[in-house]
Parts: sequence; C-alpha cells; structure tokens
Amino acid sequence: MNMMTGVSPWERLIRPDRVHGSLYTDPEIFEAELKYIWYRTWVYVGHESEVPNANDYVVKSIGPQSVIMTRDEQGKVNLLLNRCSHRGNQVCSYERGNARSFTCPFHSWTFANDGRLVGYAFPDGYEGQDKSQLALGRVTRVESYRGFVFGSFAADGPTLKEHLGGAAETIDRLVRTSPEGEVEITAGFLKHRVKANWKFILENECDGYHPAFVHTSIFGVADSMIGKLYGGASTALTRDYGNGHTEIDLRPEFRKRDAPMSWFGTSEERLPDYATRMKAAYGDTAARGIMIDGTPHVMIFPNLFIAEIQMFVIQPLGVDDSVQHVTALQFKGAPDLNRRLRQQTMGSVGPAGFLLADDSEMYERCHRGVLARNPEWIFLGRGEKRERQDELGFTVGHVTDEVPSRGIWTHYRKLMEPA
Amino acid sequence: MLSRESGATLMSAITAFLYREARLQDEHQYEAWEKLWTDDGVYWVPANGVDIDPERQMSIIYDNRSRIALRVRQLMTGKHFTQTPQSNLRRLISNIELMDEQPDDGDIAVASNSLIFESSLRDDTLWAARNEYRLRHVDGELRMAHKKVILVNNDKAIYTLSFLV
Repeated sequence: MNMMTGVSPWERLIRPDRVHGSLYTDPEIFEAELKYIWYRTWVYVGHESEVPNANDYVVKSIGPQSVIMTRDEQGKVNLLLNRCSHRGNQVCSYERGNARSFTCPFHSWTFANDGRLVGYAFPDGYEGQDKSQLALGRVTRVESYRGFVFGSFAADGPTLKEHLGGAAETIDRLVRTSPEGEVEITAGFLKHRVKANWKFILENECDGYHPAFVHTSIFGVADSMIGKLYGGASTALTRDYGNGHTEIDLRPEFRKRDAPMSWFGTSEERLPDYATRMKAAYGDTAARGIMIDGTPHVMIFPNLFIAEIQMFVIQPLGVDDSVQHVTALQFKGAPDLNRRLRQQTMGSVGPAGFLLADDSEMYERCHRGVLARNPEWIFLGRGEKRERQDELGFTVGHVTDEVPSRGIWTHYRKLMEPA
Repeated sequence: MLSRESGATLMSAITAFLYREARLQDEHQYEAWEKLWTDDGVYWVPANGVDIDPERQMSIIYDNRSRIALRVRQLMTGKHFTQTPQSNLRRLISNIELMDEQPDDGDIAVASNSLIFESSLRDDTLWAARNEYRLRHVDGELRMAHKKVILVNNDKAIYTLSFLV
C-alpha cells in the first residue's frame, strides 16, 4: 500500500467511485468502526411501543453490546448496559418483561430500572462506598424521534435531529400512514444471521440495481409489480440525504399509477376500514395523497432500515458476522392494514423469506468474494455522471444508480478519518 | 381412523409417510412434496418460542396452501439463488408418536423430532426441530393438513433456511 505522507489511510481506501475490498474484511477496520461509528454516532436501538407500560423492558443491542431498554416508573425510556457494575455479569437474561429492578444472579446486586444501584448483598462490607458511583452503565445520550429511540455513547456531538437531517422527513412520511400518526412495533422480530460484513447489508438496502436479478425467481412466479419499479424504464430515484442516510424514492412511480394503496399491491376497496379512518384523520385530499405515495424505503445510517412494510435493524457482531432483526411495521389504528403487513412480511423476509433469503446469499457470496485481493477495488461508479441535485439540494440519481453507496462511503470516511 | 386400522398398522403407515416426506425434502423433490399436502394445508415454522400466535406475531414460515405452492414454484425456477446450488441435506426423523389429542375433524395428531444436516455454500449447519403434524386420509392415502416445525433455536439469530424444513 502507498504510504505517502500526508495521505490518510482512509483517503487511500475510499475514492469517489470505488472502495477498497479490505474495508469489508479487515478485523482492525471492524474494531475501528465499533469505536468511531457504533460507539460514537447515533444508533437506532428500539421503539417506544416495545415498552408501552411503566417497568416494561426489552433487551436490544448496539453492535455486540447488550442494551436493556426500560421504561421506568416516571415513564422515561432508559438505555442501560447489561453488565453488573460489580463483576460484569449480565443482569438481565430474558428478552422482555416487566420489572422494577434487575438483580445480578452472581452476588445479588440490585439495580432499579433507571440504572441506580439500590442495594448489594451483605452491605456491611461496603462502608464508605458511594452507591451513586456504582450504577449500571448507560448509553450516554438517548433521544427519540416519533417513537424511534436512538442512543449515542458520545457525550457531545450533533443532536438526533441534526443527525437525521433531511431523512427525518421520511420518518414523518412513515408515521402519516397511520390514521393516528404512530407506528407500533408489536409483532416480534425474526433474527436472520449472515456470515458477511454489515456494510454489504447497509449498501444493499438502497441498491435499486439488484432486484431485477437477485429476485428474479420470485418476480417470475408471483403476481408482483415490484420488479417494474426497479427496471431501466422506472422513474423512481435514489437519494443521498447526507450523514450516510439513503433512500430509494418510489413516489414518482406510485404517483404515475395514481391509485391509492397501489404501493402495497392493494386498493382502498380491499381495506375499507383503513381508507375510511385515513380520510377522517387527514381529510379526503391529503389522505388520498398519503395512500398514493406510500411509505418510504429509507436506510437511516448505520442500522435502521425502513422498507415500505418492514423495519430492519442491522447488528454487527464481527467483521464477517451480522444479524438482521426484522419485523412488520404496524400502524396504530389500522388493524386491517396491519394484518396484511404481517402476512406479507412473513412471506418476504427472515431466514426463509422469498426475498431476503436471496439477498443474504448475495451478502455472503460478496464477503467470500472480496477475500480474493485482485482486483482490490469495489466499483461504485454507476450513474456518477448523471447525478443531479433535487429541489432540496440532495443528490439524486436513477433508481439503479449507486448514489446511495457513494453517499454512505463519503459519510463513513468523515467518521473514520480520526482513526 | 383408528377404528379402521389397528394401532400398529396406522403407526407403520404414519412412519412410512414421515420417512417419505423426509426423503422428498432431502432430495429436493419439490413437486412430489407439494402433493403430500391437503388442499387446506398450513405449513408453519414459528419464531421466538413454541406457542406464539401466528396471526399476531412474526413466524419464520406461515404458509397457507397457495403460499406453499408459491414457495415450491420459486424453488423450481432454478434461480432462487440461496438454493442454487442446492443444499446437500440428510435428516433423521425419530421419536414418532401418535398424540393423544384428537382433532375434531378426524385428523390424526402426530409428532416427531428431526435432526437435519445441511451442507451449503456458506458452511455445514445442524438444525434440530420438533415437528407436529395433522395427517388426514384422502382417497386412501395420508396427507398433511398441518405441519408445525419448532426449531430448537427459533429464538436466536439463525442462518438462512431456504430448503424444505
């Protein structure tokens, strides 16, 4: 490798139209990513609807770390690290439940669900100790946006709103699909493990180039209109929101169809209860617009992917070991829509899904492929010369262009540069 | 149909049926496997436990009869890349039991254990499951009306499962 002075290693690995294959396979780079991305920036952790009542908890993660998301007596959502402050034992061994406190099974230290140490066994040996210094570790900053809870281990840095930037609008667009303006995460998660680097998943989520090829088996046998959205003649767009957030914007295609609920392959007539509630909530014209536009296809860097009907959460465990947690989106006040969302989600994603099984096969084959070191680079130049700015100043390209990958790597380099 | 056949004869027919199903699955004989289903068949692989409500909670597979057909058609295209090339498979079926529970409609409740060795491009993977069936006599032959596959590790993150389990 060229060791010219004054050139950062990241500048040597990341170029405008290509990235070096070692970025996906080098264990040292993975460790640096944990430090500079996963343990520093805003990471999606869970949804407020997963802990609806006081003292509810659910175990989540940030990278390989186990995080307990709790709702305390006061109704506040906390992100606590699942590690006893005494000897490091995990204080919570169930995936979800309702508990005022967590007692470590090793030496019986007990913590309130806001993280405070409330007692240890045989307290007579602890004279002069300050309990307040022995609380559970916490994710330093916790903020939520429309129910989506994010955490950051950095004490300082951009606010969540600043981090989301232009991509916040996609979440606004998502929650409008509910007549009550709220998403609910209540259907449980499928957890799909792959032997591949997490960035292959991250990039694939808004890669509009692959569906026509990778998903040809299901488009060929199912009565699906998804395939056409990703064809050469499609008017759909890819968009780079900055900060690593990327989108496939299918609205131009849905607006051409001008048919409410066509985005979900159905119609108002088949979901009469939903259509009625939407019109009552937003008025006829606005409701029609929402039902034509559909939900977003957006990847919030680094780990929250909203794919029209599903939500995915990417979890890196190792340089070649990742999990996708996936569930059906559920919209408050839309029971007939929700049932269809669950059925469709179960068909398409998870370890046996008609779509995701083939995507995961691609991540794994890419990962094994880049272990071959020649050519060294991964080419991401598709559509580079035809990029343009949209009316809000975000870079957009054709749905099959590699605008999202280039946006992701630009942001990645900015984050990793201090390493 | 216990009245028509002795318990031993029925058990032998059920065992033969389950072994045959296992062989068709291991050898990727998708169309022959699909013919084992009744017209109202349900193929269910729950996630996150044994007794979730598949109408409310995510399952790994929750196929009605038409979705079973779609699954088979996708496999038959030869372009379902996760099964192109196909996994090499062998499974053991054991602990076959007639369950006491008698479904209202005369179906036969049967359960077994299965241990599946899968060798795929990714790696070799061992799968273990509890299988619960409702079998039915249709035109003198046994058919599956319901098959529930409870993977032992269905609460964990699992690798792609794209063969017929």
